[in-house]
Amino acid sequence: MIRIYLLKFLTILISSIFFIKLFSLQVLDKDYEKLSQNNAILEIEDYPERGFIFDRKNRVLVSNQPAYDVMIIPENLSPFDTLSFCKLTGINKKKLKLNLESARKYSKRLPSVVVNQISKESYAELQEQMWKFQGFFVQKKSIRDYRVNFGANVLGYVSEVNTEDLTKDSYYRQGDLIGRQGIEKSYEKELRGKKGKKFLQKDRFNRIIGPYKNGKYDIEPSQAQNINLTIDIELQSYGEKLMKNKRGGIVAIEPETGEVLALITAPSYDPNILVGRKRSRNYKILANDTISKPLFDRALLAQYSPGSTLKPLNALIALQEKIIDNETKYNCNKGFYYAKNAHMDCNCRYGTKNDLISSIHRSCNTFFSRTYINLINNSNSASKGVEKWKNYLESFGFGNYLGYDLPIGRPGLIPNSEFYNVLYKGENWSATNIISNGIGQGEVLATPIQLANYACALANKGFYVTPHFVRTRKEEKTKIKLSKINTKVETDYFNNVIDGMHKVIEKGTARIAKIKGLEMCGKTGTVENFTIINGNKTQLTDHSIFIAFAPKENPKIAIAAFIENGYWGSRWAAPISSLMIEKYLYNSIDRRNLEKRMLNGSLENEYNKPLSGANFNINE
Amino acid sequence: MSITNHYQEQILILMNKTFRIDWITVVIYFLLVTAGILNIFSSTYDIESSTYINYDSLAFKQFAFFIFSLISGVFVLMAPSKFFRKFSSLIYLFSIMLLIGLFAFGNTVYGHKSWYTFFGISIQPTEIAKFATNLAIAKLLSEIQINLKKIKSLSQVFLIIVIPVILTLMQPDFGSALIFLSFIFVLFREGLNPNFLFFLALSLILAIFALLKPILYVSVFLTGFFGCFYFILKKIYKKVSIFPLLTVFIASCAYVYSINHVYNDLLSQRHKDRIDIFLGKETDIMGVGYNLNQSIIAIGSGGLSGKGYLQGTQTKGRFVPRQHTDYIFSSIGEEWGFYGTSTIIILFATLILRILFRAEQQKNVFGRSYAYGTASLIFMHFFINVGMSIGLVPTIGIPLPFISYGGSSMFTFTTLVFVYINIDANRLNETRI
Repeated sequence: MIRIYLLKFLTILISSIFFIKLFSLQVLDKDYEKLSQNNAILEIEDYPERGFIFDRKNRVLVSNQPAYDVMIIPENLSPFDTLSFCKLTGINKKKLKLNLESARKYSKRLPSVVVNQISKESYAELQEQMWKFQGFFVQKKSIRDYRVNFGANVLGYVSEVNTEDLTKDSYYRQGDLIGRQGIEKSYEKELRGKKGKKFLQKDRFNRIIGPYKNGKYDIEPSQAQNINLTIDIELQSYGEKLMKNKRGGIVAIEPETGEVLALITAPSYDPNILVGRKRSRNYKILANDTISKPLFDRALLAQYSPGSTLKPLNALIALQEKIIDNETKYNCNKGFYYAKNAHMDCNCRYGTKNDLISSIHRSCNTFFSRTYINLINNSNSASKGVEKWKNYLESFGFGNYLGYDLPIGRPGLIPNSEFYNVLYKGENWSATNIISNGIGQGEVLATPIQLANYACALANKGFYVTPHFVRTRKEEKTKIKLSKINTKVETDYFNNVIDGMHKVIEKGTARIAKIKGLEMCGKTGTVENFTIINGNKTQLTDHSIFIAFAPKENPKIAIAAFIENGYWGSRWAAPISSLMIEKYLYNSIDRRNLEKRMLNGSLENEYNKPLSGANFNINE
Repeated sequence: MSITNHYQEQILILMNKTFRIDWITVVIYFLLVTAGILNIFSSTYDIESSTYINYDSLAFKQFAFFIFSLISGVFVLMAPSKFFRKFSSLIYLFSIMLLIGLFAFGNTVYGHKSWYTFFGISIQPTEIAKFATNLAIAKLLSEIQINLKKIKSLSQVFLIIVIPVILTLMQPDFGSALIFLSFIFVLFREGLNPNFLFFLALSLILAIFALLKPILYVSVFLTGFFGCFYFILKKIYKKVSIFPLLTVFIASCAYVYSINHVYNDLLSQRHKDRIDIFLGKETDIMGVGYNLNQSIIAIGSGGLSGKGYLQGTQTKGRFVPRQHTDYIFSSIGEEWGFYGTSTIIILFATLILRILFRAEQQKNVFGRSYAYGTASLIFMHFFINVGMSIGLVPTIGIPLPFISYGGSSMFTFTTLVFVYINIDANRLNETRI
């Protein structure tokens, strides 16, 4: 019996179960009854609020503000009143048509942004009339709110992802923001967090009526991280004010830790103008300024000749290589002849006898040229000499990317023997050919941050810590390894060089930088530079450079300043650096007159000279 | 003279057949196929860019499959009644060869080597193997010397089933392999020891148990269960042989461990996920459970009378994937509502019961067994596919007979049913064996 009826019984049983289940699903369950009216579940990305950025003293630099994007799922679109839509959202008809077309091209089922960041008011108005616009919805998101008008080059900016980003990283959806520059870019992952998902129930008028199944399936976004910068925003803003109407870069670093206290490029811009709807227009204006290049971060990207600021380093190398010692003296007669008809000029008076210390504070070209020639000739060949010298420079962070945690940089340049083989078409060059390197006027190129890092190595007497912009957070690994990097010069050799740099302030080339009661060390530099006007190499007014650290014992700040076409080092770079040091160490300025002169001083005339088309004089 | 007589005889037989054709089955067949084509049209219909008649559309293709299957079905009907019994071994061997050939010439789609592709037409030999195996089993069972109480006969039958199952698993197509389980009903009907059914049920329960709970937990539980069972038996009967109980216990343990092994090491993530979803291990709406969830929403949103043909928003929104194949039932549920789904269920139940009823009236074992197998196959597909669409059965990708899109499936089930009709119509001419 059972053999005949088993399957029949099962068939009836299963069918009955199906009946009951379907009856409860389709007829009894009010949830689904409701769903029959509205049906579609809307999946919305749940954005975690982008992380805040603080400065080293916990002052908020960057926070967020709400913005509302009008989104579309092209598949759900039905004909709508374009005129009233445009009026509500403030978009013009042509743009709307274009955006709808590109949304459709991107995906029929995934949401795209149609109108960017509408105001709170139009959001409220639009929300009321949303039923008229099938397929549209509003997504709230937060955009950046820069609380300061400074530090744009450090903070960077965010902008909407482009097609390239979308194909590179599937995390992003059209309309998402991505860090483009500065900290926003290099700490993008930490700042953005990880977005979650929300499932929303819509009714048949396309209005969102609440979370689907009480948010049972929602995925919580993972919190974005806040970031503490090493930057002291007060110092940063003071530096930017000092650099008004000048071009160049200043970098200040805490020598012991490698924490960058200020990174100033001039001219710069207010980070707030690259937020929201006005972003792209303003960006275009900044990018199109090819003369003053406000988007070009001179502190990180500009490669200048270091000039005389390289002299202390050459002295250190010579000491380490035992070319000179503390007693070595050279006569200087306003310079010297290093070859037939080849004279090295110097500012020393006739018959000056310089030892190591006085040669530094007088910035004696003779002393350093002779030392450099001896250094190079100390090896078997000039090639080997140059390579040895180059290794020393590299150990101070020159000639390569420093490895800090901002996305841009330049390696600078330290010429090697290969470089000169090409330059002189063979190996028949000698120390006298490359003598300018001894006084920093040769082929060496360095960025301001490299110079500041070099100042740190001097301040620390032989080591530096990779400069960085984000303070170490306990719970996570930092992006870069923060350990002491030793230079190739032993600590003992630093003392006399530092004494020399101390004298630079006390009675040398940078007396103007003297701060009462502060033992400060520094070195000025003046760099010849050229441009090409109508095909002719034309010399421009010298660049003004200064490196310094203070106090002499236990230095708290090291600084490098580079002012384009500022003439000699102590004219602009030294006073500006010294004011910044005063500001950082004492938090107030005593030397009001000097401050006033620096704040108001302008080099715009100088910058306009080569553009004027007329003949002009330099170094006046 | 004799030629004329011969023709007259043939015509008479044919007319006889026509009268004896199981018209109920035929009518249900046509209803189901029509429902299928209509719903395939609806679930693949694109509002934006569609004219009603499109020769590239899947609905039109399905219609073409149907016409082709129907023509071959008419040939099947006209074939002499003994034809299929005679050629059953050959058909079976041919289908096995097709399965083996897949490994050399098969086409890989979504990681499954389950299709032959000729001139743009894809053929799924597993479908044909279902029909062929049914024939082969019927043929074997109708042999006089076969007795399912004997080990030799049993192993012969199992061999017939196991060969296509293994070949199908190697594709790998877990769902289709599972379908071959339906022949257990045929064997049971023809005298298989009920213990087999009992052990099958036990092993299914143990399997679910093993997948849900940690393996150690299950082992402890089994030990405790059999221990208690032993002591209870001892209390009642005083003297109990521990041996059979111990054997079952060890076998159960081994079985549970092997399930665990298969699950962890052999199954693909796709199937693992599906099993997990069914067992309620995970609730990830956008992951694997998504299909199931969307399918239930679609069916549930249909309400009592449905949203109307071509009006299903879930369907139009493409929320349910593979809706023209495995999830066709959700489209029916959404657009035709409870009326529609219950009609489909009644049609399937009637068809299965009808075939089972006629099976008992067959005069020989071949006819009965074949009809029984046909009913079992339809039952199994129906049970798994509809059960899956409403969340009662794990998501196993197999088609709903006559309705789901697919040429191989359409052809197989048409042939399956028409061979049954042929055999059934000839039952009066058959001798009882």
